[in-house]
Formats: sequence, structure tokens, C-alpha cells
Amino acid sequence: MTTHTEKSWKTICDTSDLVKDSGISALIANTAGEDEQVAIFHMPNSEEKIYAVGNYDPIGKANVLYRGLIGSIDDEPVVSSPLYKQHYSLLTGKCLQEEQTIAVYDIRIENQQVQIFY
Amino acid sequence: MSTDTELLKKFKVVVVGNGMVGHHFVEEMAKNSDYEITVLSAESRLAYDRVHLSEYFGGKTAEDLAMTTPEHYDELGVTFKTNAKVTLIDKTAKVVTTESGEAYHYDKLILATGSYPFVPPIPGKDQDHCLVYRTIDDLEDIAASAKVSKVGVVIGGGLLGLEAANAIKQLGLQTHVVEFAPQLMGVQIDGGGGRLLREKIEDLGVQVHTSKATNVIEKGDVSRYKLCFNDGSELETDLILFSAGIRPYDNLAREFDLAMGERGGIVVNNQCQTSDADIYAIGECALWNNFIFGLVAPGYAMAKVAAQHIGGENAEFTGADMSTKLKLMGVEVGSIGDAHAKTEGSLTYTYENQPEGVYKKIVVSADKKVLLGAVLIGDTSEYDTLLQYMLNAIELPESPEGLILPMAADKPTLGVDALPDTATICSCHNVTKGDIIASIDAGATTVADVKSCTKAGSGCGGCAALVKSVADNEFEKRGVEVKKDICEHFAYSRREIYDIISVEKIKTYDELLEKHGKGLGCEICKPLAGSVLSSVWNDYILKKPHLSLQDTNDTYLGNMQKDGTYSVVPRIAGGEITPDKLIVLGEVAKKYNLYTKITGGARVDLFGARVEQLPPIWKELVDAGFETGHAYGKSLRTVKSCVGSTWCRYGVQDSMSMAIDLENRYKGLRAPHKIKFGVSGCTRECAEAQGKDIGIIATDNGWNLYVAGNGGMKPRHGDLFATDLDDETLVTYVDRILMFYVQTGDRLQRTSTWMDNLEGGLAYLQDVVMKDSLGITDALEAQMESIVGTYQCEWKTTIEDPEALKRFQPFVNSDKVDTNIQFVTEREQIRPARGEEKIAVTIIDATAETV
Repeated sequence: MTTHTEKSWKTICDTSDLVKDSGISALIANTAGEDEQVAIFHMPNSEEKIYAVGNYDPIGKANVLYRGLIGSIDDEPVVSSPLYKQHYSLLTGKCLQEEQTIAVYDIRIENQQVQIFY
Repeated sequence: MSTDTELLKKFKVVVVGNGMVGHHFVEEMAKNSDYEITVLSAESRLAYDRVHLSEYFGGKTAEDLAMTTPEHYDELGVTFKTNAKVTLIDKTAKVVTTESGEAYHYDKLILATGSYPFVPPIPGKDQDHCLVYRTIDDLEDIAASAKVSKVGVVIGGGLLGLEAANAIKQLGLQTHVVEFAPQLMGVQIDGGGGRLLREKIEDLGVQVHTSKATNVIEKGDVSRYKLCFNDGSELETDLILFSAGIRPYDNLAREFDLAMGERGGIVVNNQCQTSDADIYAIGECALWNNFIFGLVAPGYAMAKVAAQHIGGENAEFTGADMSTKLKLMGVEVGSIGDAHAKTEGSLTYTYENQPEGVYKKIVVSADKKVLLGAVLIGDTSEYDTLLQYMLNAIELPESPEGLILPMAADKPTLGVDALPDTATICSCHNVTKGDIIASIDAGATTVADVKSCTKAGSGCGGCAALVKSVADNEFEKRGVEVKKDICEHFAYSRREIYDIISVEKIKTYDELLEKHGKGLGCEICKPLAGSVLSSVWNDYILKKPHLSLQDTNDTYLGNMQKDGTYSVVPRIAGGEITPDKLIVLGEVAKKYNLYTKITGGARVDLFGARVEQLPPIWKELVDAGFETGHAYGKSLRTVKSCVGSTWCRYGVQDSMSMAIDLENRYKGLRAPHKIKFGVSGCTRECAEAQGKDIGIIATDNGWNLYVAGNGGMKPRHGDLFATDLDDETLVTYVDRILMFYVQTGDRLQRTSTWMDNLEGGLAYLQDVVMKDSLGITDALEAQMESIVGTYQCEWKTTIEDPEALKRFQPFVNSDKVDTNIQFVTEREQIRPARGEEKIAVTIIDATAETV
């Protein structure tokens, strides 16, 4: 089991593992040392270019968000749940159609490495 | 006239209270710059949206809910004070004074003090963790209490009570609702609707207790408190939320001698004036015609009337419609007019579908001419139509039950043309059809223009679809082209996108977006472009530039199920399969522990494959000679067939061979929607071919061809297209029909609606295909030939491509598997575990079995 450590930027994968305009999933450890699933999206044409949110769809109740289509609604980058098609903002995690919010993580690319702050 | 003195003597309007209605009054009054407006609010915040209060727990902040800002009031020239509770009204001197002693002179005074939650006088009600649900401050208290509570009870099963229950459920508490009456939402819905609503809410994990009066709140045995009911039963809880109705905040009126109702409320006339003509009362503190309106729309109407009356206009408040449509914990609920059939002589029609959880009732007049009321639970899709029937007293069709029956032939839909100009379209802002037409007269050219001019649809938003169809109808009448844009990123229809891609030889989505679209795309335009690109160029759909366009089903080449696993459906052309291949299916299903079922399309579905299992499963299937069944695609699914003349005593043609040939010819063809075929070997029609997009029935002389049939939501029999065709002509015609459909169909349009929407319908299609009226049959055939010639099994291509296989790894940085996917056994096979059946597991390392 992973033990609890201070939050820091940790490398998840190589930029070559990313799929342009699509998502991949990764495991990170939360503050309690438990595994948490993260959906990572790479949209090179958007302002932030890379996004990380929780992989769990609270409406469909399954770990599937990385398999959703991404795009924008009124210029806000979003992922559309592959189960029931609700949109979640990749900036705030808020669902645009229902009262639900998913986690948002700080993510960056450093020297060809994809890093998440956790 | 001297403007200087005019300015100095500006008319002073003071508004007490800044809830939604008080704020609406300010907006209405500020339209006229002759008045100096001062707002005095007892709350610490300016007006915010109380209707959507529960969204505060869904992540909305106080700022999101705010309806105005200090800057906005400054712009309007409105003076405002928060934390300024008014404690004194001097009617003679026309001065109000706040708690802190500040005095304000008024010419006209508006009381918009609203209401407060009623807390029944139960002993023990004043302890900690006994709360109410009304303001943002209340919500903060609830959130704080929830942190140290496990169980929560809402006392009151009305509309607000259920919203409150939703709120504490979202905070993770075990939730109960206790109602004094025998049913939920007794004001808005009838007993039958209440019963179904209760079932649905209990399914969501909220326990409902009806016919319960609480005698006393005592210290609990397990939880913090326990409620002791009059029937001797008890309920343990940590948090208690009272939502047992509202009472008007009318103490100012009481203390300073304005006329009051017997049970409270400030009496107002049709102009919203109180017994003092210079003092108005609006919203939930006002009693009009012995009635207090607890909804925002009537409050807005009162605000408007008061502002107009002060401005010297002749305005009247004449009551308001209390119909409502809302979603409670995801359950759709609608109530219209006389929901309880209280009108003398009224008759009711009821439709109940318990398995689906739908209840609908309409109440009509004794002569069955007019709709008086309705109750809708579980499905409110008819709400708008019914409301218009009721509000405008439109004469009902001969059989009014058709309005709520799901299968009614020729279901009467109320065309917007039938609505009178006085019909209210948006009740929150009281916008009529006439107002919408007037805004178009005044220059509005889009639905968005209409909305911003009239404010229609900007309240609860329930009328948005109706506003759009009224406006579109009006635009169309004036010859303005109504856009069939597929989404906000492309101002084109699917047909236009198809033409752009083929004429400009566009090969990628990025190129299409750059040249003809805007933004980053979405789940509508991406798969649409992917499907069109695939129809035009027939590339392997998981090739890099197309990969990100596909819905998950197309990306993972399987149908995603509710738990995130996939189904595996190999093609079994015509339903014909050898025993050896059948054994392979059984062995693979056993090895990977998949749920197995024979489908309606005469093939075998294997369910429950995790993403990482898909490649090894398909490797085994492909090695055994199977190929993908395209069950995931908007493409040819199955060709259903009987054995025909090969075995059957009655068969007149070899329908089996024809079915297999057709299935192999059109497999993989991407279309606007799924396509199904049927081939019957004689007129007995065992393959049910007339219910398919393409139906073929053997005759003594060849084949009869039917087109545009379908099953599904709106079943339709195919139309006879041509008779006694030989094999070759049959295939040529089908080639042309399908390709024409692929090129001109709209997104998600089945062949039936596509053909019905062609001007001229069946006859037109026959001309195009059989008489070549458009001169395109050669091109259609050539296009089909190239698609047939370049077919590849997507699964075969995928398992041979290491790059594509990377997609099926569950985590980029780990070999563990998703433990949220869990199964239980039912009838000797697996099925996904329901929420309560799941056990908490930490994510484990993958076993060797998953490659």
C-alpha cells in the first residue's frame, strides 16, 4: 500500500502515452493512501491543452469518463459521459446538466513528462 | 418646466426585502428613471435564486446563485442597504426606520418581505441540529450539521420538503421524509400520482413515512434524537429539517395596522395596494383574494403590476396559474390546474405503467371539451401541450385520452399555429405568443434574439422548447430560413457536412473544423463527422486522426454497458452458424466468464468484458474465423432470415443464401443510424422483413422489395418498393437506396423518417432509384462498390496493431484493474452488482488472465 506523503508534482506518464483529443486513465493515491482513478485529456488546440479530472461518473456510477468524447460548450472545455452524455467542465468539474461535481486535478507537462499535483 | 427642480423632487420608492420578487420589482421600476429607488434588506446578501437553492450542495456557490450585484444596482442608480431590518413604519409621515435607527422617507413603500418556514410546535424543536431550509445561511448550517450526522429526517413531504430531502441525501446522510398527510406533495398531485412518486423516491434510497404526526423529539438511543409519532412508532435521527410549509412575514403590517388576513398575510387589491394606498405588498407576504402564492411566477407578476401602477399605468393582478413542472431527485413531476378533479362534474382519464414508473392523469370538463387539470409523474413530455390546452381552453380532440396514451395512433400534438396570440408561453415572465411575434416584428432574427428581447425561457427554463418552436414557426412563415445546425460548432445539417466533405475532399475532422466550424467540437459533431468521413472515404475508423471522433462504442468496438464493461457480438451472417463455431463462442464465454444471451437479431451477445479483456477475447474469436458484428456502430446490424427453399416445405426462393450475401455485402457500411434487413423465403413472412429498413420477400418470380420499415419506439411497416426482382436488380436497387440514405439522411434519422421527409416520399425515392430522375445512380453504385471493396474487420485490424492495443490498457501507469466492476450470480450467470451489492475492495494487481 502507498503511504501518505506530502502533495507534490508526480510524474504519471510520458507525453507519447497521450492520445490527441482523447483521454487516458491513470491511478494516483489520495491523501488516505487509497487508489484514485484520474481521467487525463489532451486537447492541444485548447487553451490549457491538458486536463485531469476524476474518472468516476457520479451519474452513471462507473469509472468511465476517460472514454468520453471531449470538446467545448460555449467555449468551456468539457467531457461528455459515455454512459448518459452529461457534460462535465474540465475546468471546474461541474456537470452542466445536473447537480453533480467531479474532482479536478492540477496537471502539467514538464520535459515530455505528464505530471499531476497530488 | 425646470428639470432641475424635477430632479430634486424625484419620487421616492422604498422597497423592504430583497428576495427574488423584491429584486424583480426593482428591475421593473428602474426601467423608469423618474423614480429614486431604495432597497432595504434584512439579509446579509442581495437577492439570490431560491428556486435553485439545492444546487448549492451540488457545487454552486453563493455567487452562482446571486441574481444581482452591488455594481448592477449602482448602474441602475438604486440605493441599497443590507443587514437593514425595518422595524418601524410611520404611515402619516411616510417614513420607515431600520433597527439601527436610520430613517428613510418614501412616497411609495413596497413590502416584499417574503415568508419564513413554519416549524410545528413540537416539544424539543428548538435544539441544535433542528434546522430549516430557506436561505443560504440555513444551507450552511445544514452542511455543518451533516458533517457530524449520519441520519437526517425532513418533516414535511411537500415540494420543498422533497427538495430539502434531496439536499441532505446529497450530503451523504441516510434520508427519511415524514409527512402528516397520507401522501407526498398533496397540494399538487393526486393519490395515484403520490403513490408512484413515493415508490420512485424510495427506490432512490429515501425512506418515506406518511400519515405520521410527531408528538415529541426526544434524546435518541442510537442517534442523536428520536421522533416519537402519534401512532406509537419512533424514528432515530441525527438531524431534523423542518419543511412544513411557509408563513408570510407580515409582522410589520400587523404592528402598523395594515389590513391582514385571518390566518396572516397582508391583504392587497388587484393593484397590489394594501389598506394604505401608498403601501404595496407583493410576493409571498401578500394575500390576494384570500390566497398566498408560494411560487415565484405569480410573485413576479405582482412585482410588475405594482411597478406599472406606481408608474401611472393601468395594471391589474388577476391571479396566476399554479401549474408546475419540476425534477425531484431526478423524478419528473408535473401538475396542471385542477389536479384533484375538484370541479363539479369533471371527468378523469388515467394511464399508469408501473414497471416503467409512469403515471398520467387528465381532468376534463363534464362535456369533455376543455382540459381542467393534469398530473404527470415519471414522464412530463406532454406537459407543455397539456398546459396550453388548459390555459387557452382549446377544444379537446374527440378522444382526450390520446393526449396521454403512449401508443395512441395520430397522437394529437398541438401545433403552435393553433395557439391564440394571447397564449402564455413563458409563465415566469408572462410572455405570450403575441409578445414573441411582436419581438420578431421589432427585428429579432434568431431564437436567441427572441429570448433576450422578451426574457422568455430565462426563468425556470421549462418553456425553452416551446419558445423555440413558436419562434421557428413564425420565422418560417416569413420565409426566414430555419437553421438545422447540428450543434454549436457547425452551422450545417448532416447533409451539408456530407457535401462539404466529399466536394472539398476533406479527410480529417481537424480540417473540417478549421475550415467550416468553431470551438473544439462535441459529442454530436465529432461522431457525425467520423461517420461521414468513414462513409465517404471508408478508412479504418481507429486510424489516428479519426480515433478521437468516435463514441466509446466505436472506439472500443463494443457496446458499453451500465457498469463500464462491454458486450462482444461477433457477426453471424443470416443467423447461420456451424456447431464448431458455436462451441468456440461457448468456450470463450466460459473462459472469460461472460454472460451469454441469444439476441433478437439471431446472434449471440457476450456481456461483461472489461476493456483489457476485449483484445484477447477478440483474438480468440478472429482466430476461429469470426469477425466483428458492428453491434456498436450506426451501421448494418443483422439480416434476419428463415431457411427458405433449402429446408422449408413452403419456401419458394433460397432466402438463406440471399440473407448471407446481403449481410456480407453491406457489413461495415456507416450510416446516419443502424440498419436492419429481413429476408423471407415465402409470403408467410417468418423473418418479419416488413418490419425492417430493407425487407425482402420471396415470390414465385423473384423478390419483392420493401423499404423503410422499423421496429423500436414507433414501429412502422415497410412500403412495397418494387416487385418480382431478379437477384442482380435487387442488389442494385438496395445499393442505390442505401447509398442515397447514407448521403442525405440526417443524424440519427432512421430510413422511415428519412423517406417520409423526402419531398414526394416513396414515389420520389422510386424515381431516383429506378428511373434515375437525379442522374446519380451510377455515382451511388460506384460509391457503394468502393466501400464494399475496401471492407476490413475492425477487430482484426485492431489486434494486429500494437499502437491501437494500447487503448485497451485500463491505466496508463498501472496494471491494476478497476474494482468498481463487480458481478453477482443470477440464474447461473453473471450480472453487474447493484450499488448495495457491491463490496469495498482496494484495487488489486491484474491476474495473468488479463494479458
